[in-house]
Amino acid sequence: MKIKKGIPLIDQGNKLGFWGGKFGGNFVPETLKKPIEDLEILFNKLKKDKRFIAERDRYFKNWIGSPTRFIKLENLTKHVGGAQIWSKVVSDANGGAHKIYNATVHCLLAKRSGKKTIIGDTGAGYAGKMLSMAAKKFGLKCKIFMGSKDIERQQPNVKAMKKNGAEVIPVYSGSQTLVDAVSECMRFWVANCDTTAMCVGSTVGPAVFVRICGWSTSQISRELKVQLINEFGSVPKKLKLYNCVGGGSSSYGFWNEFMDYSKKQCEFIGVEAGGPSKSKKHAAPLTYGSKIGILHGAAQYVNQNSDGQIEETESISAGLDYPGISPLHCFLKDTKRARYTAVSDEEALKAYKLVTKFEKLRPSLEPSHAFSVAIKESKKFSKDTIVIVNSCGDAYKDRGILEKRLGKKYVKSN
Amino acid sequence: MSNPISDAFKKAKQENRPALLTYTVGGDSTKKQSLAILKSISKNADILELGVPHNTPVADGSQIQTSAYRAIKHGIKINDIFKIVKDFRRSDKAKPIILMGYYNMIFQYGENQFLTKCKTCGVNGLIIVDLPWPENKNFAKKCKKKSIYFIQLLSPTTTKERLKKIIKDSHPMNYFISMLSTTGGKLKVSSKEILLNYDRIKRISPKKNVVIGFGITEKTIKSLKKADGLVVGSAICKEISNSIKKRQNPVTNVYNVVRKLKNKIK
Repeated sequence: MKIKKGIPLIDQGNKLGFWGGKFGGNFVPETLKKPIEDLEILFNKLKKDKRFIAERDRYFKNWIGSPTRFIKLENLTKHVGGAQIWSKVVSDANGGAHKIYNATVHCLLAKRSGKKTIIGDTGAGYAGKMLSMAAKKFGLKCKIFMGSKDIERQQPNVKAMKKNGAEVIPVYSGSQTLVDAVSECMRFWVANCDTTAMCVGSTVGPAVFVRICGWSTSQISRELKVQLINEFGSVPKKLKLYNCVGGGSSSYGFWNEFMDYSKKQCEFIGVEAGGPSKSKKHAAPLTYGSKIGILHGAAQYVNQNSDGQIEETESISAGLDYPGISPLHCFLKDTKRARYTAVSDEEALKAYKLVTKFEKLRPSLEPSHAFSVAIKESKKFSKDTIVIVNSCGDAYKDRGILEKRLGKKYVKSN
Repeated sequence: MSNPISDAFKKAKQENRPALLTYTVGGDSTKKQSLAILKSISKNADILELGVPHNTPVADGSQIQTSAYRAIKHGIKINDIFKIVKDFRRSDKAKPIILMGYYNMIFQYGENQFLTKCKTCGVNGLIIVDLPWPENKNFAKKCKKKSIYFIQLLSPTTTKERLKKIIKDSHPMNYFISMLSTTGGKLKVSSKEILLNYDRIKRISPKKNVVIGFGITEKTIKSLKKADGLVVGSAICKEISNSIKKRQNPVTNVYNVVRKLKNKIK
């Protein structure tokens, strides 16, 4: 298993959509074969179409507000004492997280295909919020499927979705989190694929959705590369890119442009959700060696029991609370291009406290996982090492949890 | 390739009616009850479909989901499903049994091991909801070697070109999904339209049996009578759920539902 150079990773799958011959694919009901094929044809055509790319870039710039900032965390760097710690503040993007890129592209595709309604899943509520924003922008009807447990813990985003005119459909089955929301969304698509477009909220699902999402979020690393060259004159010799990994959309987008650099020059570190330190449940299939299985149409490492039933996950961060992981990350792990680790809920909270204490930055619980590892490891690195953390979401949505776990002061101070 | 599934279609044809296929979730709500239901409905059903419960069933509606979650909650494992089939075979050697499920469970069991187990227990056919053509080519070949039918699913969205290719590779039984829906959806297209699609499929290969499923209930079954076979699943699962709720015996109630279904197509 090897990564090819000069070809985007999203285009390195085989004919049946498998990366490395075994991750991804299209394990879908027959009914979805045709709509998936149609979407594939449309996407393959448009991603080569200069006018479409120009249209995308126009929306990215004028509506999403690209580029998002690339800033040095001076105080945190001083406090940690080691590598230079920087952040790509992707939460600057319109709506407050990276999910807006994928949502925008899916709406553009839906418009081109003539579909009037778009549906999507959401965990932390960001994918749903962004899809509702984009749907409103492009005049599409929007339905968002969300686990009832997530609805409860991510109220600010739920309110935003409703305000944007989306219908939020609570999912009560199974663990009532993201995994069930994705299942329910796929079911709705099975029944309505003739009139409705589906947006999968991360680099998961049938192969074409993995590709569309990766293509969309790659905007993050495209911007970063330019910013690095502006700042340092070239891509630094020792670059370490830290990103949280749930489904894997922000991390893939954060790393894509640096894929062909050597691991020694540009190292990728993915941080999964280890769950509460006292619990055996987690959302870290790569770190804890979960077996390959099939979930939501794709073969991937996934938390499951010996019978092949998908296991419940647990994490303080709704956005990382998913038992599977993008086939792209399975491929990056097995080719050893990226390194994966996990931190507990408590460690993520601790990192959040530290970052907000020293910097005017308010990472949501998802990137707080990445900050935790970046801070720990930066101590050991030389001063010319450039550590960058993708702050891919804003903590506004987490204020209920933060208030409960850390007290009011951590909500008010920012 | 001799298989009791084909015999069941032949018998139904001789009686000038479609074959009646029933779907229940294996182990719903207990192993014992599931077996008792199979035994009782086999008097009126021609082919028994037994669902292997999975906890992320992307193509199932609420009725079958409820049954599947209930079975899993009661600790049903894949080997329990095999045990139910094996026990059923003690009293009935001939009635065709089809297992229906999601691919991950087979993948974890190991394709070869799974098929060997199917063979020794007396499973005659398989429907794997999320293993479409051409992804299923290899597995379907393995099934054929064991004289187990791999049943291809066909949908209203399947293009003509694709239909031809799938049917060419298919075994003697195929399954047409009546409409765009998960299992148990309300029939939202006319029987006329469904049968038009059905005819399209039959014309490609008249000898292969095609059953119609999804959305079939006591009310709708008669209108689709001309098909080779008709599948009823959610309506039966719903009856089990209702019986449990009303503290009635699901075995008798399901027996009655299936008897009525049979009477409608006689």
